Amino acid sequence: MHDLAELHDTVTGSPAVDAGRFRRAARNAFPFVVVGAMWEAVAHFGLFPPRLFPPLEAVAAALVRLTRDGILPHHVFDTLVRLGAGFGLAASFGVTIGILMGRSRRAEDMLLPLVSIAAPIPGLAYAPLFLLWFGLGNFATVLLVAFVAAFPIIYNSWTGVKAVKDIWVRSAYAMGADDRRLFRHVILPGALPYIMTGLRLGLAQAWRILVGVEMLAAVPWGLGWLIFGAREFLNTDVMLAGIAVIAVIGLALEKLVFQPLEAMTVVRWGMMT
Amino acid sequence: MTADRIRSLRRGLFTLIAVAAAYEATAKSGYFAPVLMPPLGTVARTLLATILDGSMVLHAAATLYRLLLGFGLAVAVGLPLGVMMGRFRPVENFVLPLLSALMPIPSLAWVPVFILWFGLGDTVTILIVFYAALFPMLLNTWTGVRAVNPIWLRAAGAMGATERALFWKVIVPGASPFIIAGLRQSFLRAWIAVIGAEMLAASDWGLGWVIFDAKEFLNTDVMLAALAVIGLIGFVTERLVFGSLERATIYRWGMARTAKT
Repeated sequence: MHDLAELHDTVTGSPAVDAGRFRRAARNAFPFVVVGAMWEAVAHFGLFPPRLFPPLEAVAAALVRLTRDGILPHHVFDTLVRLGAGFGLAASFGVTIGILMGRSRRAEDMLLPLVSIAAPIPGLAYAPLFLLWFGLGNFATVLLVAFVAAFPIIYNSWTGVKAVKDIWVRSAYAMGADDRRLFRHVILPGALPYIMTGLRLGLAQAWRILVGVEMLAAVPWGLGWLIFGAREFLNTDVMLAGIAVIAVIGLALEKLVFQPLEAMTVVRWGMMT
Repeated sequence: MTADRIRSLRRGLFTLIAVAAAYEATAKSGYFAPVLMPPLGTVARTLLATILDGSMVLHAAATLYRLLLGFGLAVAVGLPLGVMMGRFRPVENFVLPLLSALMPIPSLAWVPVFILWFGLGDTVTILIVFYAALFPMLLNTWTGVRAVNPIWLRAAGAMGATERALFWKVIVPGASPFIIAGLRQSFLRAWIAVIGAEMLAASDWGLGWVIFDAKEFLNTDVMLAALAVIGLIGFVTERLVFGSLERATIYRWGMARTAKT
């Protein structure tokens, strides 16, 4: 996903490069202008009722109105708290289980069948079951998000630990490392690129599932609920505003959370470029 | 090696039996209402009964129909567009910004909007599946085409290959590891999306709908039976269909498995 952005990244400085930068920005904006103009044309032409197909200025107005009223920030906040709680649970359990599976043959043999049975079932399929068992609301939502996000994390941590070169482990032992130092200085850095990939996939998974679960779990606040609830009143402008916010958060999670985190760890340690 | 395998299998079997026994014990203990936590025997009987009376088969067929139609559409659009993005700079410049704006939106977020636009029913589900499956297909094809070694293209050109031969004999096999990885990811996304969309867009048939509907009537046994069918279909397609597809194409052509993402 990040090569998308990197493709258009370059250093700036001289006026010539600045002009190039401007051209690039214009080139990136051009498709949005075309699609936006098409949208406006369809919306104003009256092909569809404006309630169902609002022009972009109506969507923007809804966005501003909801933000000013403090409704939208409240929805966003609740969604982010759930995402954080669910993902935090998934990360702590997932990494632990994954590393355990990678280090101990016994744990691998015992846990792998469970993981490979539960993983191919789409997360939302568990939703009604979780709602029945744990009741409607936050608890079931967070638990389901954690459950679903844990699989890619477990799987990647497991692969990562197994991918640590045997020769590194043996040379560390030969140089007299004890188990704890072996883990901290060899296994963990060696497996980290994979663990990062797992966390990133897990977060993406958590994000996708959370929006769906919020629609099903009848929670009072949350972006998924905002969109789904707006359907009742044909508030298409509110829905599209909600989707725009979802897109921004999704993009921000990737750009502001994971890329800096990777730059700070695996890239700095020279494990990955 | 074989003794090792047997020990792995024995341990794996042991966990499965232990988990099943723990579940069974909790279910039988009466701590939870049996409606919410039916014993495994009941689930198996329900599964058998729904398969025999044909209803589970029809639900599965409805789900697969939506899944394959949406997935097929996504491949039909994503593959040529991805190739074009890889081959022609203006296409890439136009599609890529749109792609990076749309990709972080989970497909299920569109369900309420699509319901308003297209009404309840198959159209919504198929479009959601299409949306979910399109991006991995597009991105992987694009990356794959760009990863084709330029020397191969120039060599083929120098040996007088036409544009068509170049496409079929060089670009497609060269990009195939990525394309197949894309198919696989797309299918996985489509499979997740179809279940979710069926729950939200309430049509009368489909495995997602069965699970959701069973919740209303507290038919937990039906729910678990449908979950088992969903798991089985997911497992079979992943292992059998895509596994053999990989063997028949990229392994046979000697393309190393480089696109495992």
